[in-house]
Parts: sequence; structure tokens; C-alpha cells
Amino acid sequence: MEDFVLRGLVAGLGVALLGAPLGCLVVWRRMAYFGEALAHAALLGVALGLLLDLAPTIGIVVTCLAVALLLAGLGRHQPRFASDTLFGIVSHGALATGLVVLSQMEWVRVDLFSYLFGDILAVGYGDLGWIGLTLVVVYAILAWLWRPLLAVTVHADLAAAEGISVARVHLVFMLLIALVTAVAMKIVGILLVTSLLVIPAATARHFARTPEQMAVGAALVGALAVVGGLAASLEFDTPSGPSIVVAATLLFALGLLRRHPDGSGRRP
Amino acid sequence: MRTMAEVTRQGELIAGQGLTLHYGGQAVIDGVDLAIEGGEIVTLIGPNGAGKTTLVKLLLGLVAPDGGRVVRRPGLRVGYLPQRLQVDPVLPLDVSRLLTLTHRASRAAQQQALAEVGVAHLLHAPVQGLSGGELQRVLLARALLADPDLLVLDEPTQGVDFNGQAELYRLIAGLRQHRGCGVLMVSHDLVMVMAATDRVFCLNHHVCCHGAPESVRRHPEYLALFGPRVADELAVYAHHHDHAHDLTGAVAADEHEAG
Repeated sequence: MEDFVLRGLVAGLGVALLGAPLGCLVVWRRMAYFGEALAHAALLGVALGLLLDLAPTIGIVVTCLAVALLLAGLGRHQPRFASDTLFGIVSHGALATGLVVLSQMEWVRVDLFSYLFGDILAVGYGDLGWIGLTLVVVYAILAWLWRPLLAVTVHADLAAAEGISVARVHLVFMLLIALVTAVAMKIVGILLVTSLLVIPAATARHFARTPEQMAVGAALVGALAVVGGLAASLEFDTPSGPSIVVAATLLFALGLLRRHPDGSGRRP
Repeated sequence: MRTMAEVTRQGELIAGQGLTLHYGGQAVIDGVDLAIEGGEIVTLIGPNGAGKTTLVKLLLGLVAPDGGRVVRRPGLRVGYLPQRLQVDPVLPLDVSRLLTLTHRASRAAQQQALAEVGVAHLLHAPVQGLSGGELQRVLLARALLADPDLLVLDEPTQGVDFNGQAELYRLIAGLRQHRGCGVLMVSHDLVMVMAATDRVFCLNHHVCCHGAPESVRRHPEYLALFGPRVADELAVYAHHHDHAHDLTGAVAADEHEAG
């Protein structure tokens, strides 16, 4: 196997592993729109990173966190607008601002397509380092906060009444999503990052009886999608990021054929 | 009737003093004083939007009051059954996991808590498949796992049919009896909870009236708040002393109007 293919494969598998537990949390907490808003804001992060001469990953994480806090604040102080309206505004506002800022930076040559749709075959060793580091950080935090995250997901007030600091858990969750967005962007791009979180998790729901089974299942589905998408991309010369997402979507469609193990999916 | 457990847990468990909370310029909770003693069942009653759940959240410390304060007995253990807990079907969760979301408990302890509320067979059932009554019992078992001094139950019978409601209230009264814990309950139906409650607070942002259930039920403020519906209930529940029937079932001749 060519070196760059191997790097891409490892990076893709790493991102599948990263996205699985967080994707489950996004799906459980109905925060797909939130993830989307952060992903779109990532382009602004790239621009800011270039402007300030920082590593793009740092620019992305900082911008995503700022947007997450903005969304949390807006949600509280603008009861007039439903959250999906606010998310839509912030999400596309940030994406458009990122595009405008990047277009004005004539001194850098930016491959916009690779930011928007990813370029898994251009992954370098530095990127692998970032993914590895993020994996360690994210899994360490999850090992510490998985149960509180789950409790807050089921019922925030109940968790708070039983001694969990809901605000802190929520903040950490946003940080995790920002981190994953920053590294997953390289693989499938800004426009498709959320799909890599949501689709494997949703697919795994067909087969899971516990939250942890669903997370493990999501990792397997994500890995399968990466392998399949990458192979198809090499075979048919299709863009790699979208190919991975297509593979994940096909797996989800296949999963629909299976009956739910506990019947709970069919209750209204 | 007082059991030993009640005596050992005597005294005030929790008290709200002059609790006030504004929301959007309006007082949702307005100068509420309320205390719950060990071993007693206190029911909060009031129409929709009266602030019952908000008051519960203030007492639990989930919301900070604008005015007044909450005093808890040091080391107080609270078991909480929240209003409207719905687990999204996309989250695979069985009863055992729901019981141990925030605090670990042994299989045996889980089994025992479920048995205490009559649903021991549900330990591994998926939460989304439970009926309304089963879910409320599981949540009650969950609250019991904390070995609480105080049970806070926000509409414990919601989603439960009429017969199931009476049964659930009997169960709660029984739990108080042998555990000796205090109970704060939210309800919107005084007649249903009367048998299972020691004191009633009728709430409509402020405390309209409080006392023994029978006295609250006849209180003019309570009647004004709940209107003709409860006046009818009064009639239904009281009329059997008003007249007698003859052998054919017709009302006996010397009768007056019955409610």
C-alpha cells in the first residue's frame, strides 16, 4: 500500500474512533444542529489561524469554543427564537464569514475544496500526531465524565438534583465536539463533519442494547465506512470525504432492514 | 400512627422561608413559606402554571431564589422523581442503567428497590417499553436507592390510569410508613391524594391556604381556585350522608336536595 494511502487510512480510523462516542452523545442529546454550527464555524477558525499565524487546529478549536459559548448564551437570552433558528443563523453566518475572510487573504493560497470536503489522502504525519493527541485527550475526558454525560442526557434536573454540575458537563461536551471537529475536518471536510458523528451512531442504534454498545458499534460502522469509502475513492477516483459519507449512509440504510433488538425504536 | 423510624427522623427536614422568584417581570413564586418534617407527607396542589414544579426546584436547589432562602437539615438525603422524564428512543437504556445513572448500586440493591415498588421483574427491561405506571414505579425505586430522608415526587402519578393512581398513592403512603421518610408530593388532584397526605399546601404563586386535606378542601380560596369542578367533587364525595333510599332505590320521601 502506498504511504499516503496508509496515512489516510490510519487518520480515518482514528477519526472514526473519536467520533463514535461523541456522535452517540450528539444523537442522544439531539444536538446535530449544534455540531453542524461548530463545524461551519471551523472555516472561520482556519482563517483566524492563518491570520494570527497559528496552527489551524488551534484556530479551529478556539473559534468552535467561542461559537459554542455564543450559542449557549443566545439560547438563554433570546427566547424569541427557537434554537434551530439560532443555530442556523450562527452556523451559516460563521461559514460565510470564514469564506469572506479567506477570500481577502491574498497572500495565502487556500485549497477551499479540501477544507469544505476534506482530503484524506493529503494527511501528513503532523495531522496523524494531532489525531493521536486528540484521541488521548478525548478518551481520557470521556473515561472521567461518561456517566455524568449520560445522566445529564437523560434528565438534566435529575442529574443536578443528584449532585452533578450540569453546566460543567455541558461545557466539557462542547469542548470535546470542538476538538473532534477540528481533526475530523481534515478527513471529510467542514460540510460533512457532522455526518461522520451522526450517521455511524444512528446506524449503531439498530444493534445496541446499552449506551456503550452503541458507542462501540458506532466506532465499527465508522471504521467500515472509512475503509469502504477510501477503497471506493481509490478504485473509482471519487472524492474521498464524500465517498466515506456515502459508505456510512449505505450502512445506515442496511441497518434499517434490521429489527430493533428491544422494540423501543417503534414506539412513538 | 407513628413507627419507630418516624420518631428517629423527627424534626424539620427542609424549609423554604419567604421564597420568591421572578420570571419575565412576574412573580412565579411569591413569598412562600413551607416546611416538611420527618415522616410526614406534604402535598403541593394548585392549577397548571401555579408554580408547583418551580417551588420544588427552588427547594431542591436547582433554581436560585430572588428572595428568601432554603434551609436543609445537614446531611439530608433527597430522592427525587422529576416531572416528565422521557428517554429518547434513540438512547438504548434499560431499567438497571436508569437506576444507576448517577450513583452506583449493587444488583441486589436495585432488585430490592424495584421489589419495594412491585416491579422487580423489570430490571432489564428497556426504559422506552415501560407503561406510564411502570415508569413512575421505576423512578420511585430510583429515588429510594438513595435511602432518602425526604422523597420529592413531582406528579408521581402522571401518565397513570385512574386505578393505577390510587394504587400508587397507597404505595407512597406505605413507603413513608415503613421507611419513615418525609414526602413532598406535587399533585393537581386533591381528592386523589387526600387519603395519602398529612398536610396540603394550595399554591397559586403564593400559598393560598394550607392545612389538613379536609380543611383545605373546604377552604374558600381552594374552592375559588379550582372552581365548579371541585364543588362537584365535594358533592360526589359527601352526598351519601344527605339522604336515604327506600327499598326500590328511589330517594326516600323526607329528602332535601342532594348537592
